[in-house]
Amino acid sequence: MKETFFFQAMVYLAAAVIMVPIAKKLGLGSVLGYLLAGIIIGPACLEFIGSEGTDIMHFAEFGVVIMLFVIGLELEPSRLWRLRKSILGMGGMQVGLTSVLIAGLAMLFGIDWKQSLALGMITSLSSTAIVLQSLNEKNLMKTAAGQSSFAVLLFQDIAVIPMLALFPLLASETNVATAEGGHGSASLVSSLPSWLQPIVVLSSVAAVVVAGRYATPPLFRVIARTGMREMFTATALLLVVGIAVLMTTVGLSPALGTFLAGVVLANSEYRHELESDIDPFKGLLLGLFFIAVGASIDFPLILAKPLLIIGLVVGIMICKLLVLFRLGKSFSLSTDQNFIFSFGLCQIGEFAFVLFSFSSQQGILSKELTDTMTAVVAISMAFTPLVMVLNEKLILPRLGVKEAAEERESDIVEEDNPVIIAGYGHFGSTIGRFLQANNVRTTVLDVNSDNVDRLRRMGFNVYYGDASRHDLLEIAGAAKAKVIVIAISDEEKRLELIETIKKHFPELHILVRSTNRYDAYDLMNAGILHIYRETLDTSLRLGVDVMKLLGHRAHEANRAAKMFFTHDERTLKRLSAIRNDEEYFYAVRQNQEELERVIQADRTAHTLQIDEGWDEESLIAENKGISYE
Amino acid sequence: MAKVLIQFAHPALSKSNVHKVLINYCRDIKNVTFNDLYEYYPDMYIDVEREQRLLLQHDIIVFQHPFYWYSCPALIKQWFDLVLEHNWAYGSHGNALVGKKMFNVISSGGAQDAYSETGRNRYTVHQFLAPFDQTAITCKMEYLPPFVIHGTYRITPEDIKRYGEQYRTILSALANDQLLALDYKQVDYLNELVPALQTLQH
Repeated sequence: MKETFFFQAMVYLAAAVIMVPIAKKLGLGSVLGYLLAGIIIGPACLEFIGSEGTDIMHFAEFGVVIMLFVIGLELEPSRLWRLRKSILGMGGMQVGLTSVLIAGLAMLFGIDWKQSLALGMITSLSSTAIVLQSLNEKNLMKTAAGQSSFAVLLFQDIAVIPMLALFPLLASETNVATAEGGHGSASLVSSLPSWLQPIVVLSSVAAVVVAGRYATPPLFRVIARTGMREMFTATALLLVVGIAVLMTTVGLSPALGTFLAGVVLANSEYRHELESDIDPFKGLLLGLFFIAVGASIDFPLILAKPLLIIGLVVGIMICKLLVLFRLGKSFSLSTDQNFIFSFGLCQIGEFAFVLFSFSSQQGILSKELTDTMTAVVAISMAFTPLVMVLNEKLILPRLGVKEAAEERESDIVEEDNPVIIAGYGHFGSTIGRFLQANNVRTTVLDVNSDNVDRLRRMGFNVYYGDASRHDLLEIAGAAKAKVIVIAISDEEKRLELIETIKKHFPELHILVRSTNRYDAYDLMNAGILHIYRETLDTSLRLGVDVMKLLGHRAHEANRAAKMFFTHDERTLKRLSAIRNDEEYFYAVRQNQEELERVIQADRTAHTLQIDEGWDEESLIAENKGISYE
Repeated sequence: MAKVLIQFAHPALSKSNVHKVLINYCRDIKNVTFNDLYEYYPDMYIDVEREQRLLLQHDIIVFQHPFYWYSCPALIKQWFDLVLEHNWAYGSHGNALVGKKMFNVISSGGAQDAYSETGRNRYTVHQFLAPFDQTAITCKMEYLPPFVIHGTYRITPEDIKRYGEQYRTILSALANDQLLALDYKQVDYLNELVPALQTLQH
């Protein structure tokens, strides 16, 4: 029973579903919730999951891979280029200084210099998963601290590659076991002749860039045209998994590969769709990863030598903290930002698990030492959310100066146009062109990929995506926009979209296209004030032209149409109220009769003679001396 | 030869007795252009460029309309507001209309004696038309006396026909520069010059 897949899945999901809301409620953040969930279901407490925790971790590391893909999607190449100073400067210095400091300390404790260096390098890394997840959750990614953290983490992810290359050189004896699992170890490339290796590696990277730039947009277009959302999700996942496999094969970090692919796709019109399709997987897999970390904490080992392990955790974290704080200062972060930055990054990261097992296999570090250190890494990761909460609750309030999630750089791509147009078919595009011509900035969402493609080529700001999804609306800037024009043709979707908007963006003015009278009733009942029956104006315009062709005067025909329109809009409101009646069928029938009455009334009311102001008959009669009464 | 532009405005022509007939008398005269404003601009959206082009192409501008509320139908006011642009029609550089002539052709329900100091309307038609007069002067144009059809509430079809012929006579005279030979500035209404013009034309 315990071994079945479904039981396992149930345990993981239940643990997450129970613990994460509790942790959030306590203000501890989701990461700590997941970690606690892992500890509870792990061997230490309920023993639902045992040693397979580490296997799951390998699988769950895919969450980190997806996360970097999503981060890449949010980063345009130009922005990445502007971050190059912080990435190289801050990231490089952080890894370098921490490695040297920890290695030095290790040597003081009498550890061999090669081993010390390995220890230093491994502990210099921080946890991309925990930090980014926590910063995102606290909405701090756009702050200076968030940007600096991101730059440093990115450098660390890159630095793992040379470390993996360097470690075999540190092995004191030549007892190199076959490397297996994890990032970049069992690669096909290592069996190739050494001159060929860099060529294969470089061409793989080039392949990712070229394919991302030129091959994926047409592919997505074809997939989007099938109109099946799950196909789009599948393609997005295939893309990420495919890159991960390719990168692992050539011995590069899969996280780095997908990050690169993300950056390449950041300019694509499918960006938002990709992001929101992949996001749930990212979240769940990351959660799984954190649970696995929690479950793998070796409590018996910790209980065996508590002082040593806790001492190591605290010592290493303080060392990292000092280096980070000093760095933050010299890169002129303000004090509060610097605290967020340093406390956030002071743990040891998930790559350490990989590197420790790798170095143990390579015979660099002893089994005993790596076991101890693995526990240290897990505890330091578990401490991170706590440390961040402490910082937030105890230190930051004392500083008094809080940098708000300040001015976004202009090229951070969330839209803030005043008008969103959902649906850019024949109806929406007319509105869009009209507004564009009047310098009203619009953001357009459309699910027709051909349409999107064509419009983008003409320089319009158009995104591919189903507007009824609140995450997409969010990205399209619905929180800041004033007006949303719903011009999609699907009646069901329109109502769905209205519901979403009312729930998540109640401030937004909603203007909706309606197909006909009955559809307009539905929209009215959904509380919409601005309803535009799509054929009403056009049919009246046609009616006016018919009258003109029949010899009626243009102005009179025009006025007649205007009058009909006003009259029709008024009765529409009355009739929609009838439909609210509980006796639905009765109401519909009555509605029908009313409609017939309206049409009859129009036929006999001499609409064209209503203009009494001009040449009033009573006035003429009076002047002729005839009594008009 | 002068070119005449009739700026016609009637929002409800189907209800008009007089103008329906009148326009049949003026539409086909040589050198006279008939511009039906409510037909061109049923939504009050005036094509200013077209209107200015027409003005430049003509020497005498006639405003033919019912005399609603001592003035013109709304579209003509709109026309003035939009077409007579500053520094085009008036202002230090506005010389587009210099020397052109302008007058009104109006139909009014009341009799002529109602339009006098002692009458029901207390002012003369010419006094009511002061905005047109002054507009013409501001645009450096010459403002002629109006052609007026009074008592349209009681008018007979024969009367209307007679007015139609008078109107035609005046328009032809204008197109042929004949009117200017007469002492037109001394009359209240152009109607008074019709007998003289008829003898001239025959």
